Amino acid sequence: MIHVENLTKYYDDFCAVDNITLDIEKGEILGLLGPNGAGKTTTLRMLTGYFLPSSGDIRVKDYSVYDDLLDIKKLIGYLPESAPLYQGMLVYDYLDYIANIRQLDTEGKLDRIRKLVDICGLQGIMHSPIGELSKGLKQRVGLAHAMMNDPEILILDEPTSGLDPNQIVEIREIIRHIGKEKTVILSTHILSEAEATCDRIVIINKGKIIADGSTEMLKQSSGKQRTIHLSLLKADSPAVRDRLGQVGGVSVVDTQDDEAGKVLRVKLTCIADTDLRESIYHTIKETDWVLLEYYQETQTLENIFRELTREN
Amino acid sequence: MRQVIHIASKEIKDYFVSPIAYIVISIFLMVTGWFFFTTFFLFNQADLRNFFNLLPITLSFVVPAVTMRLFSEELNVGSYEILLTLPVTFNDIIFGKFIAGVLFVAGALLPTLSYPICVSLLGQLDWGPVIGGYLGAVLLGAAFTAVGLFASSLTRNQIVAFIVGLGICFTLTLLDTMLFFFPRSLLGVISYLGADYHFNNIAKGIIDSRDILYFLSVVFLGLYGSHLVMQEKS
Repeated sequence: MIHVENLTKYYDDFCAVDNITLDIEKGEILGLLGPNGAGKTTTLRMLTGYFLPSSGDIRVKDYSVYDDLLDIKKLIGYLPESAPLYQGMLVYDYLDYIANIRQLDTEGKLDRIRKLVDICGLQGIMHSPIGELSKGLKQRVGLAHAMMNDPEILILDEPTSGLDPNQIVEIREIIRHIGKEKTVILSTHILSEAEATCDRIVIINKGKIIADGSTEMLKQSSGKQRTIHLSLLKADSPAVRDRLGQVGGVSVVDTQDDEAGKVLRVKLTCIADTDLRESIYHTIKETDWVLLEYYQETQTLENIFRELTREN
Repeated sequence: MRQVIHIASKEIKDYFVSPIAYIVISIFLMVTGWFFFTTFFLFNQADLRNFFNLLPITLSFVVPAVTMRLFSEELNVGSYEILLTLPVTFNDIIFGKFIAGVLFVAGALLPTLSYPICVSLLGQLDWGPVIGGYLGAVLLGAAFTAVGLFASSLTRNQIVAFIVGLGICFTLTLLDTMLFFFPRSLLGVISYLGADYHFNNIAKGIIDSRDILYFLSVVFLGLYGSHLVMQEKS
């Protein structure tokens, strides 16, 4: 559906997007993930034709971004970050204007606007000026704007930023609903959001793609390293280090007395393909330490993300 | 072409939804009306020369005030990004906004038609120069709109856009009164560049293709400049 090859964008000397190659299939919900300033928005802006690439190529279906920009724009619905809509216009007037620009005929226009009012929940605000709407409502109007021509590709830049938790859930519902039939690309720096809505996640940092795959794939690929946390009573740290360090697969044993000095907190870093919990349990059972807490940190997207985007 | 009409009609609606339209038109009518009628009865002549003489200066203030928001506001709010990702070309956008601006200026001139009507009731009015004057006023308005549009595309700050537009329009208007600054050999060229000179020719009732060509070239330069700026931004 969308084919991006060696895409690069320079702002003067600053390289915002560095040699990105990406294929997006029809019907995918793709999450573009990255810290602030990673190049997410710039990438989306190039996909939508707002910026032209410094070098590289974008093909949407068979259209090239250099030659058939207008055709590409017809296929794409785009909601920029924080929905910068015309403040002074009424919601209905705005949607009507967009419908005109999208070249819907008079009858199709009304049908479409009615349908969007239902999908995006715009009942009751059609005659308010956009500038007076709350952020969540504005975002919904923006979503209606982006879906006006029932686009094959929907591109959303941080669709849930600045919304309250209820609104976030609502917007996610809408996105998942649309994503059943359409290709959706959204950018976010909220990981749980990408995890909740996207089929596929692309992590970019400093303009480069550093990970690409489904949530499961990403978790597995960096899943070899596990961290196990223990709290022990009646144990002293040298003995703990000695004993637990001998369990095969445990690479680092970290111990820390808690404030009262009674409970010993232990952090085990393991590198193994198998689950070590059983053997660690048996090791502890042989001693007379009292086990208060015992859990394995699950590898969250959060951790993967931090690991991948850490400096150096 | 349909896209141009959609954009233009949206811009015109925007003018009349906000108070700008009413403020600008009232001030324009107050200034032109005052300066025209305070001296009109002293001259005791049934013509509109005074009105048309002053028009280039008034328009060089009024038109940039009308056009300053066309691009600057979009750049400032960020809706420029939305506009550019809709299926419209740069030319659709520029022509749409330009036409909206010209129609607005023409709309502001419309109530001033009451002046010649009043005057013709008072005496024998020669309608030739009046028609020429209005044609010239629309052409001048179009040229200034193109200049103002260009100024607006440069910056996201409406005040800067206004001042840049005003600066260019004012210079074009007053160029032929500044001739003594320039060497003799350049005088012909410089006076040809002045908008006032061409406007006065038309306002005398002489419609010469050279004068029309001048205004059309200013329009072209203004619009082409905006196009270049838009291209530079992407």
